[in-house]
Amino acid sequence: MTTTLPAYDEVVARFEPVIGLETHVELGTNTKMWCGCPTDFGGEPNTRVCPVCLGLPGSLPVANKAAIEATIRIGLALNCSIAEWCRFARKNYFYPDMPKNFQISQYDEPLCFDGYLDVEVNGELVRIGIERVHLEEDTGKTLHVGGATGRIHGATESLVDYNRAGIPLVEIVTKPIPGTGALAPEVARAYVTELRDVIRSLGVSDVRMEEGSLRCDVNTSLNRPGEEWGTRTETKNVNSLRSVERAVRSEMLRQASVLEAGGRITQETRHFHEDTGDTTPGRSKETATDYRYFPEPDLVPIAPDPAWVAELKAALPELPRLHRRRLQEAWGLSDADMQSVLNAGAVELIEQTVAAGASPAAARKWWLGELSRRANETGVELADIGATPAQVAELQSLVDAGKLNDKLARTVLEGVVAGEGSPTEIMTARGLEVVSDTGALTAAVDEAIAANPDIADKIRSGKVAAAGALVGAVMKTTRGQADAKTVRELILSRLGV
Amino acid sequence: MSDLTKLSAVEIAGLVASGQTSAVEVTQAHLDRIAAVDGRINAFLHVDSEGALAAAREVDAQRAAGAQLGPLAGVPVAVKDVLTTKGVPTTVGSKILEGWRPPYDSTIVQRLRDAGTVMLGKTNMDEFAMGSSTEYSAYGPTRNPWDTDRIPGGSGGGSAAALAAYEAPLAIGSDTGGSIRQPGAVTGTVGAKPTYGGTSRYGLVAFSSSLDTPGPCARTVLDAALLHEAIGGHDPRDSTSIAAPMPDVVAAAKLGATGDLTGVRLGIVSEFAGEGAEPGVMAAFHEAVDTLTKLGAEIVEVSCPHFKYALPAYYLIAPSECSSNLARFDGVRFGLRVGDDGNRSLEEVMSLTREAGFGPEVKRRIMIGTYALSSGYYDAYYGQAQKVRTLITRDFTAAFEQVDALISPTTPFVAFPLGARTSDPYQMYLADLFTIPTNLYGGPGISVPCGLADGLPVGLQVMAPTMADDRMYRVAAALESAVGTLTPPTL
Repeated sequence: MTTTLPAYDEVVARFEPVIGLETHVELGTNTKMWCGCPTDFGGEPNTRVCPVCLGLPGSLPVANKAAIEATIRIGLALNCSIAEWCRFARKNYFYPDMPKNFQISQYDEPLCFDGYLDVEVNGELVRIGIERVHLEEDTGKTLHVGGATGRIHGATESLVDYNRAGIPLVEIVTKPIPGTGALAPEVARAYVTELRDVIRSLGVSDVRMEEGSLRCDVNTSLNRPGEEWGTRTETKNVNSLRSVERAVRSEMLRQASVLEAGGRITQETRHFHEDTGDTTPGRSKETATDYRYFPEPDLVPIAPDPAWVAELKAALPELPRLHRRRLQEAWGLSDADMQSVLNAGAVELIEQTVAAGASPAAARKWWLGELSRRANETGVELADIGATPAQVAELQSLVDAGKLNDKLARTVLEGVVAGEGSPTEIMTARGLEVVSDTGALTAAVDEAIAANPDIADKIRSGKVAAAGALVGAVMKTTRGQADAKTVRELILSRLGV
Repeated sequence: MSDLTKLSAVEIAGLVASGQTSAVEVTQAHLDRIAAVDGRINAFLHVDSEGALAAAREVDAQRAAGAQLGPLAGVPVAVKDVLTTKGVPTTVGSKILEGWRPPYDSTIVQRLRDAGTVMLGKTNMDEFAMGSSTEYSAYGPTRNPWDTDRIPGGSGGGSAAALAAYEAPLAIGSDTGGSIRQPGAVTGTVGAKPTYGGTSRYGLVAFSSSLDTPGPCARTVLDAALLHEAIGGHDPRDSTSIAAPMPDVVAAAKLGATGDLTGVRLGIVSEFAGEGAEPGVMAAFHEAVDTLTKLGAEIVEVSCPHFKYALPAYYLIAPSECSSNLARFDGVRFGLRVGDDGNRSLEEVMSLTREAGFGPEVKRRIMIGTYALSSGYYDAYYGQAQKVRTLITRDFTAAFEQVDALISPTTPFVAFPLGARTSDPYQMYLADLFTIPTNLYGGPGISVPCGLADGLPVGLQVMAPTMADDRMYRVAAALESAVGTLTPPTL
């Protein structure tokens, strides 16, 4: 069925895509949304639970104020209006990972609404409308055992872990995004990336797609120019930024092939497959569940004090996009150079290294050079490499002071990454400091001259380039712990050149 | 010494505090009484003799150690089976929770323990508190100690009957549409529904969250006030709990007991006059009104034009909330599980469990509520009922600008024979005609015995503004001082 997919260029020539994104963000609050259970990722199944998050008879929810604050801050960062008064609502449906068989969410009274987020695509700003930002609770996780696929079909039993149940979850829904044409997949990716950066800058979530603390559903439809918007599909299981882009593209291609063949698009949920890059149908939305929403009677309405909201707004950090632009200027980088810093995920690391005293150029050199190379080799995130910005700045200060040369600094950095201690500690412990005592160095130079009389003669006769061989010899006897430039100058002066 | 089971809570606490009797003796006397009569009454679903005696010994030990005892220390209390009790079975009168032992105490039960009361056990109720006769209990009906062929009211028939049968001097109930007050009325006991939010719902197995209110049941108004004081007040675990200090209900009950109501204005709701109430009930009510006048109260008639819509609005709101609240009973995590033979799907097991675990009245309300909340019907049913609720609240607010409290018969009829109304749900629903408006408004209401009709007890209801629970205790205590408590025939 994937054999007759049309070419992407043809698709965007004949159809206009409309996309929309629903993003779920698990908040990094210390405790769950309605109870005092901890929220840390991991943990033995069903160890972070209590009567409330297990939905035991008689238990009642109490809203987590920190979660409400975080949601309002997200809303403000996305230029939303904040509701003066709103309520939680119950979304009723039966599923075992929902302890109460209803989810406490928000329905027609979201906490934040009607905002936007500007994202950069190919150097152009695209304004993405934000429909709403609301607060709800996460579900538990179901594990289907005994089947071949890990899905419920064919499983012999199902186990449920409620550790995640009741973790505060923020849902951010865009308005439909028309008019992006061939760029739709890139716009989708740029939006999720920017949203992730905004939320990370607020410090309210670790927004890790791989751990599920940032989850994304992608809505896609196609229409012929001049016609009404087409029927949309909702693609789930989109678990990386790259997948966001691929999912939109794949769904555009699939829908185009259906429409070209005279078929119609079914409104349905589809699953994205990371391995094949295509989507398969999930449950059909045409027989949609009636969630029977009604205001949650166990909770009181939220009425944020406008003065408090104003305080939160005033204390918002700089938007990542503007922040990046400011850094780029301060660091004197070209767009391309800045892009490679972004791609490496090194903006904050370089920023903190500079804050710790290193020059922007030096900070960038270490993070994009040696450390990025190691991160790629070992497959870890740059931020998790084991060296901190403070350590990198310290390393550079040793270089600047002439105590380490470039080669020695790399060796020290290896020690830092291996967790041996601070750069200064490693330098001292391993005896890696540059030999700067000129007495010792002069002796080494004299020794090299004495051992290589023919080379010394060449130099004396004006072939200064031959000094390189003597430098090498001196470096060898000092085990590399000398500054090559100093050694060269010393050789020339001892030979009277 | 006189029969310990015939004493009031105040009297028992006094004897325990002064060492004239021990909490263990008091507890044993009540356990003996339960053993002797509960076979005929079926007020208790579970008697926790061991736990009760242990709690009693603890009180006696504290007294021996010279500790200052609280005003209810050593007094036995029966708890409606709607409240969770750690390690002690909690069924809500339903098969679907048979054998479930909660891992936690409800706030009310925790406060009862803190007050040094002795929990005797859990009392019978209509399944999930849905009913007015306790006949919808999955564990057989409770019988009225005044006439064991008659119902004890509901849903808290077990708690009320335990009081009337002298099985306990105090009991806890929960009132969603009248489940404390109506059983109080038909058993000749006192039942108070506090202001919504005045008593914690944490650990109260929910029927209708916006209406459910736990409250005290007793044989005297002062005992009810003391129990109210012990269990009431703000609870951070219940978001709908009121943070303001609770009114001094004990002082109000003592003030009322002086029998002076001079300067108190009481309103009779004109829309309730004669509506569906039995002549005997109306006669007893009017006699009580005369008594209240003699005590100094001024009686005026007030109009509450929207009260006539209270019953239909209630039967949309309560079932809607219940349809959602009862969704968690699916056999997955606790309680009954039916059909899990390894071949059936999850949905089949959930469905079979609910089919087998819920009784007919519970199913009826889940279906009504599911329908009322459905897309396309929400505005016409649930939405409309909420508007009626607002109008009823306005009626109360307007009435309380004219009077200090409203009075009415608690329920239109005296205890009816078992089986008389089970075949017609609407006839059963009418039992709560006079109590439901208060629940929709959220204010407090109390039922106090006001006389007999055909040898059966009649209750008078006093309704007060929200957070003015003290007013109803004052009026009820004054009436009690004139009428006296009612004594049922010997069992």
